[in-house]
Amino acid sequence: MSRLLHALPPLALLAALAALPLALGSNPYLLNALIVTGILTIGAMSLNLLLGYTGQLSLGHIAFFGIGAYVSALTSLGFDVELGFGLRAVHEPWPAAVGFVLAVVAAGACGYLIGRLSFRVRGAYFVLVTISFAEVVRLVALNWVELTQGPLALTNIPAITLGLPGLGTWTLRTKLQNYYLVLAVGTLCWFVVARLVGARFGRAMRGLKENESLALSVGINATRTLTVAAVVSAAMAGAAGSLYAHYLRIIDPEVFAFTTTVGMVIMVVAGGKGTLMGPVVGGLIFGLLPVALRPVMAPEAQWIVYGLVLIVILFVMPRGIVPGLAGLVRRRPARAVPVLEASPEAPR
Amino acid sequence: MSPILSIDHVGVRFGGLVAIADLHFDVQAGEIVSLIGPNGAGKTTAFNVMTGFLKPSQGEVRFRGTSLKGLQPHDITRLGLARTFQRTSVFPDDTVFDNVMIGLHRQGASGGAPGMARASLLDTLLGRAGASEQALRARAAALLDWTGLGGRAREKAGSLAYGEQRLVGVALALATDPAMLLLDEPVSGMNASETRVFVRLLRQIRERGITILLVEHDMPMVMEVSDRIVVLNYGRLIAEGPPEAIRSDPAVIEAYLGQGSAARRAAAEVREAACA
Repeated sequence: MSRLLHALPPLALLAALAALPLALGSNPYLLNALIVTGILTIGAMSLNLLLGYTGQLSLGHIAFFGIGAYVSALTSLGFDVELGFGLRAVHEPWPAAVGFVLAVVAAGACGYLIGRLSFRVRGAYFVLVTISFAEVVRLVALNWVELTQGPLALTNIPAITLGLPGLGTWTLRTKLQNYYLVLAVGTLCWFVVARLVGARFGRAMRGLKENESLALSVGINATRTLTVAAVVSAAMAGAAGSLYAHYLRIIDPEVFAFTTTVGMVIMVVAGGKGTLMGPVVGGLIFGLLPVALRPVMAPEAQWIVYGLVLIVILFVMPRGIVPGLAGLVRRRPARAVPVLEASPEAPR
Repeated sequence: MSPILSIDHVGVRFGGLVAIADLHFDVQAGEIVSLIGPNGAGKTTAFNVMTGFLKPSQGEVRFRGTSLKGLQPHDITRLGLARTFQRTSVFPDDTVFDNVMIGLHRQGASGGAPGMARASLLDTLLGRAGASEQALRARAAALLDWTGLGGRAREKAGSLAYGEQRLVGVALALATDPAMLLLDEPVSGMNASETRVFVRLLRQIRERGITILLVEHDMPMVMEVSDRIVVLNYGRLIAEGPPEAIRSDPAVIEAYLGQGSAARRAAAEVREAACA
């Protein structure tokens, strides 16, 4: 019974999101906003796995997203690169769906490296490592012109083609198709996170976040736990990046913009970090805010409202919208928790 | 018989500061041994060395014949040596029940109770972890009942009274299914009746075959439960023996309690406790 009650809000949200295009008709502007919001929300969900459940703030999270985008784009476009010493790397184009898988794998591998590092560096140092990592990757994308076209952008990225043996293939070119693809991937990511945090692995993450020494003393392997979390988180961000590349069909080094990471952090913190629904709720609110504001104010002015909304949310519900509402439902006074808990603790 | 834990000439220096000069003692399986000494004597440092939180500058610790050199805290827990902490003994934002569930992390790893096959990450993702989860929940409930925390299962651990938090810490250590337990001031913050209940629990723990090494300032309690007492001062072992020998050892009383009127009063307290 209580399991059903827990499952109800996400199921209702999923049904609503699945039905939304029917209600909207085929408004391409709204559909576009929803697709981009959905992709960023997947990014926020992946960030939440680290920030919300292990307490580690990855401020370079966009690196995994961008790596996913570039790996997927390059896999499906092919490349011919001089490596020096007379070596050339030539790659013929592969299907975009293969690019998606490789994007997940490549981003996950980068997550492994960052996760191993987190064995030694936690808290503020982890934040710095991730920021630096993202900046290095951005500079590579900007300056390795032969591979990435640099600021000229990779163009003509093919759309994802899905095929089932015996049932034919679909190339997902329309916005509606991409909307449902993003929804499907988002739902899958939601399940992965839900399964992970609801079991032994989730308890290990919570233990490490709440009291690291005690967690170690009951036999929790900090390195392994944080590494697995980083790999899964990075792989999901890579998946989002791949969706982004094949939807927009053009990417440039701007996908590594720092502000996108900040946007994801805002989504997670405002929605409620360490909750399953938090990043989804935060993602939808902050992703769609520009849509709501566009008729009434200029894009520059929207940023002010953006900031005000965040401040109001965190003032009224310090732990984020989802825990705040859950607290109201349970009729328990919300406990005062420092608003800026997002700033990492100093390593002990 | 070979000892379950042997501290072999361990020394710990932080830069120029000598926290432990040369510590050397054994604990036999099934014993309750207390490690006492004034504040700053190096007791908690010794615990940190035994459980892998600190690397000794010299010497080594052996547990059940295995050298603990280079092992991480979680490796040492897996070998069957569990500990509690002096100050932060709980996961504050989780319920008492979930605290114990976190503590059961290693259960089913190998040689666990039957039917306790541990779910792998893949099982978890595919939703096949249900059976082992249920076994864990039953185990957590049993452990809470045993430690007398059953009535607190649904409360947030961080909101419990201090003494009860210490008890949660002990339940967490027990959850790792240890062969030996290191308890760092378990009854601090407990009142007299809570302490009496705790002493009973300690004896039950020992009856289950778990060896206990205790750091404690509550002298009456130490004298009551210990088979043997090891006295530490300025990072050095100054005496070792059964409670009767320790309580009448003038060198211990002087070194442990120091000189002066406050010390004489404290010494009288110790004698009183000895008579009680």
